Amino acid sequence: MAEVAERLKDIIKPENLIYGKSPVLNNVTMHYCPGCSHGVVHKLIAEVIDELGIQDKTIGVSPVGCAVFAYNYIDIDWSEAAHGRAPAVATGIKRIMPEKTVFTYQGDGDLAAIGTAETMHAINRGENIVMIFINNAIYGMTGGQMAPTTLLGQVTSTTPYGRNVDLNGYPLKITELIAQLPGAAYVTRQSVHTAAAVRKARKAIRKAFELSQQNIGTCFVEVVSTCNSGWKMNPVESNDWMVKHMFPLFPLGDLKDGGKDKTDGFNLQPQ
Amino acid sequence: MGELRLMKGNEVIAEAAIRCGCDGYFGYPITPQSEVMESLMAQRPWETTGMVVLQAESEIASIHMVYGAAGCGKRVMTSSSSPGISLMAEGISYIAGSELPCVIVNVQRGGPGLGTIQPSQADYYQATKGGGHGDYSLLVLAPASVQEMHDFVALGFDLAYKYRNPVMILADGVIGQMMEKVELMDQRPRWTDEQVKEITGSWATLGKTKDRSKHVITSLEMDSHIMEENNLRLQAKYNKMKQEDVRYETILCEDAEYVLVAFGSAARICQKTVQLAREKGHKVGLLRPITLFPFPEKPIEELASRIKGFMTVEFNAGQMVHDVKLVVNGKTKVEYFGRMGGILPSPDEVEQALLQKLIGG
Repeated sequence: MAEVAERLKDIIKPENLIYGKSPVLNNVTMHYCPGCSHGVVHKLIAEVIDELGIQDKTIGVSPVGCAVFAYNYIDIDWSEAAHGRAPAVATGIKRIMPEKTVFTYQGDGDLAAIGTAETMHAINRGENIVMIFINNAIYGMTGGQMAPTTLLGQVTSTTPYGRNVDLNGYPLKITELIAQLPGAAYVTRQSVHTAAAVRKARKAIRKAFELSQQNIGTCFVEVVSTCNSGWKMNPVESNDWMVKHMFPLFPLGDLKDGGKDKTDGFNLQPQ
Repeated sequence: MGELRLMKGNEVIAEAAIRCGCDGYFGYPITPQSEVMESLMAQRPWETTGMVVLQAESEIASIHMVYGAAGCGKRVMTSSSSPGISLMAEGISYIAGSELPCVIVNVQRGGPGLGTIQPSQADYYQATKGGGHGDYSLLVLAPASVQEMHDFVALGFDLAYKYRNPVMILADGVIGQMMEKVELMDQRPRWTDEQVKEITGSWATLGKTKDRSKHVITSLEMDSHIMEENNLRLQAKYNKMKQEDVRYETILCEDAEYVLVAFGSAARICQKTVQLAREKGHKVGLLRPITLFPFPEKPIEELASRIKGFMTVEFNAGQMVHDVKLVVNGKTKVEYFGRMGGILPSPDEVEQALLQKLIGG
């Protein structure tokens, strides 16, 4: 044993370090359930903020839901929004301090149910903000109720016999709607269930933050995510279930790129 | 003397906002106050003072834009009318809970529901007793003239920053729509980045620098003991307002036997009633609360021990009358007279009510 410890000492040296926790991520234990996607996405955001050197100019807007405590984990200034109002709060911050980088972090209930109006209108105005959308098809914080993105037939605490289209309507593909908005600059859908997916999601989040420095409209990153507690599965089962059932409805990939729409030819000239 | 102009109450809110160095306005159109944002848009202050003006998609969005921008230590405001203020109640509660300064203007119209676009004072309870959820208070200023609409914008920001608390200017459709002579303040510069940092640098979301820990604007606290402390801190703040910032006006109260209590445009009508009653030999005075919260308890208490009765005059079903009764505590008579639905009582009508309910004859 002593020999092993001695050998480890030789290995654990700064010059051998190939990966470390971003200093923008705080040294606290996250409250998220094991297997939850939130922690990974937090880490990616912290890394991107660190890489771009924008910690001192980034303001985050945290939501209501499991990520309500995002401000405990990422070491930047935060404004904690009411349920669904993050895009309006972010608009207020960005308009009054246009030199800052402003992002929202929202779940499906927050962004696609109670905050649909704020979401659509902030993006339609082309607010120069980043929006990170965690879609896990359920309300996690309140104990697993139906979300706007809950799949047909999916069992939740408020659809105990499965989501019924006549009773509950359809799962809302809000990212597809958002991609139609002229104010959207970059709209993409990612996931973080494999190492490769995490790398791609990281690239997308970095791109969104980079583009937001150019003020060319709203940059929107959906992350199709797991909620193993809400889904009543273990983390491995959750990943499999997500791939099998969510990806067909919420396919990964870019939905829009290249900045907000041009207005040439569509502007009346006031007298 | 400053520049004199004949202006509408709503227009002067916009003018005063620009001139006092306001950083931003977020609003949504609603009668009878739409002229506020219309005037701002027409003036384009973003080209002169740098003030941001944005038409939001709803009153809900407007107040949460105010929340975000106020959290940046900027002097921001919104305006609306009764149904719109109800929609803002959520955000106002969050702003009070997060201890952010801002100015909210309510140019009241009649309710309940969609009600009417005619003037009213039926949001007295909503304004002075919180309005949204949780134990919080706004500092409420009630203008009775176009001049006060002007003056209370700058005063509102001063008080909002003194207490880190939302201030409401509770006007009504009369004050918002009527035109009067107003003396405008000279243009003041907006706070510089250095001033913002000096004044709000200990709490605002200005971007986390290496030399300090992160700032979080929130009203959330999961530890009940800390949450109770937060509530006690808010209550201490409201008590401080009661000690330091009660404002009111008295007219002919020195020798009065009967005192009318009225705020805003109701007080304007009562001024005439006082004159009419005095001409007939009745010793009538007027007490006009200028701050509705904190309520002018002391002058009412002092009068209660020596006058024969109070009558509140309100454009509602009798709301402020309960606050007067609480202070008077049975020492003398307290009556109410009012009209609703957008109807304004005439000075004669108020005088008749006064004779009937209090003076007799």
